[in-house]
Amino acid sequence: MFDDLRDLYQEVILDHGRKPRNFRRLENGTHHARGDNPLCGDKMELWLALDEDGTIADAAFQGRGCAISMASASLMTETVKGKSPALARALGEQFRELAMTGTCPHCQAALEEEMERLTPLSGVHEFPSRVKCATLAWHTLNNALDNQGKEASSE
Amino acid sequence: MDGAVTPGFDVERIRADFPILATEHRGKKLVFLDSGASAQKPTQVIGAMVRTMESAYANVHRGAYHLSETATAAYEAARVACARFLNAPRPEDIIFTSNSTMAMNLVAHSFGRGLMKPGQAVVISEMEHHANLVPWQMLRDGHGTQLRVCRITDAGELDLNHLAELLADGKVGLVAITHMSNVLGSVTPATQIARMAHEAGARVLFDGSQAAVHRRVDVQAIDADFYCFTGHKLYGPTGIGVLYAKAELQRAMPPFLGGGDMIASVTYEKTTWAEPPAKFEAGTPPIIEAVGLHAAIDYVEAIGMPAIEAHERALVDHAMATLPHVEGLTIYGKAQDRGGVFAFALDNAHAHDLSTLLDRAGIAVRAGRHCAEPLHERLGAGSGTCRASFGLYTTKAEIDYLAEALASARRFFA
Ligand SMILES: Cc1ncc(COP(=O)(O)O)c(C=O)c1O
Repeated sequence: MFDDLRDLYQEVILDHGRKPRNFRRLENGTHHARGDNPLCGDKMELWLALDEDGTIADAAFQGRGCAISMASASLMTETVKGKSPALARALGEQFRELAMTGTCPHCQAALEEEMERLTPLSGVHEFPSRVKCATLAWHTLNNALDNQGKEASSE
Repeated sequence: MDGAVTPGFDVERIRADFPILATEHRGKKLVFLDSGASAQKPTQVIGAMVRTMESAYANVHRGAYHLSETATAAYEAARVACARFLNAPRPEDIIFTSNSTMAMNLVAHSFGRGLMKPGQAVVISEMEHHANLVPWQMLRDGHGTQLRVCRITDAGELDLNHLAELLADGKVGLVAITHMSNVLGSVTPATQIARMAHEAGARVLFDGSQAAVHRRVDVQAIDADFYCFTGHKLYGPTGIGVLYAKAELQRAMPPFLGGGDMIASVTYEKTTWAEPPAKFEAGTPPIIEAVGLHAAIDYVEAIGMPAIEAHERALVDHAMATLPHVEGLTIYGKAQDRGGVFAFALDNAHAHDLSTLLDRAGIAVRAGRHCAEPLHERLGAGSGTCRASFGLYTTKAEIDYLAEALASARRFFA
């Protein structure tokens, strides 16, 4: 009945949705933020550990939400590890474009490999009410990097 | 789809009145199971509104010319129809608002701030829509009243013993309770609640946003002090709501909003209020919407509220016989007396994912917490549920199709 939805729910997404990676608290985190999508009740908490030279050495999250939001957070934590905050933010910008339009013509060639990892989520662009599910984790990441401790909202 | 569900109730003939039910979405026939959020509109309502705009429209209560008098007569005729629909004693007992939310805010302001004393309490229940929760929180924070929350049982029924406890100290000024839950479908025993409130010296408001669509409501038999519903859920237009308020309360309460139409005389020093209900209807009212609501009331009354109730009862029975067979499905609420609203969750799919799948099958259901966050926490469903809600055009075949789609969705996520 739902075969045409395999584009949205690719195996990678179902897998990360069921078994999110880095799904834990980070006791030695240096940055932290909560994210909240009031419309559908998605909630997440994100921790980052930056090392001395400012690289994101570790990233972890906990929360509840739909398969898209959990998979997106899971893939994000994998993607930003080892990156500088500036690079992580740039990835977030590009990911937002990918989620909203399905393509990323302005994507930097240097980030191609990372974007490839996130491509399975590009199917959400056909589901306007679901785009926020995919971008919540990246909003939360920006807030954690700002480290204002305030709640990120997908609104 | 199947034919008559109840003798004398021809669902196919009714469906033909709703143009949207013939539309397709992404190549699928529309199965609209979100009438609890807002119902679809029959041609009778659409036509009445169009005809008004084409040939009978002007502002009301203002012009001394024929067209304005015609529009005024149509607006006031809608008030008469609403009074008849709720069995209110007089048309003037009906106040037009923009929706249920505004009706409850009006009561919170004009009755809560106007007539309640700080220290008095408002009692709501655990299964209120935010529209019957947030105004009372605002009243508490701004006026110093208390907010008490009556528990529901695990079956999803109002816990009347707890209500009695909450009323016992005589401090309660208002009991504000839903007449039918928009999540659990539970219908509350309004007459009994009103009696308990009155014996404790409190007034009572019923949020009839859901109930008035599915049941014959008699505000005099209930002895409600306030009763509200919203036009768009009753197959009428958006932008109009109805508040029934007893005449003595309308006289005693100060106005809510200030402006045109609600005054008797205005000088810079002092303004005097118009007679109720005009006192509570500041500004140009929803004129075209009132005509549409009137047409909607005529429409459901022509079918007959008892026939609609019987049809929906048959649908609820069918759903209760069908949906529990879907493996992994939890249905929330097991009230004895329930209307056609079902909140549910699958064990292996989040509500949001599930609604995306159902949408692909042409089925429109709502996903989320349905403006009832505290209730979802109470149900242990804090991340949300899906909700299917029925209307007078819903068929048993649509419920069967929902069950089939749910089983298929569960396999998809397996
Ligand atoms: C029980 C209940 N109360 C209040 C409302 C609010 O209605 P409206 O948004 O039309 O004011 C709704 C519908 O959303 C409802 O289901």
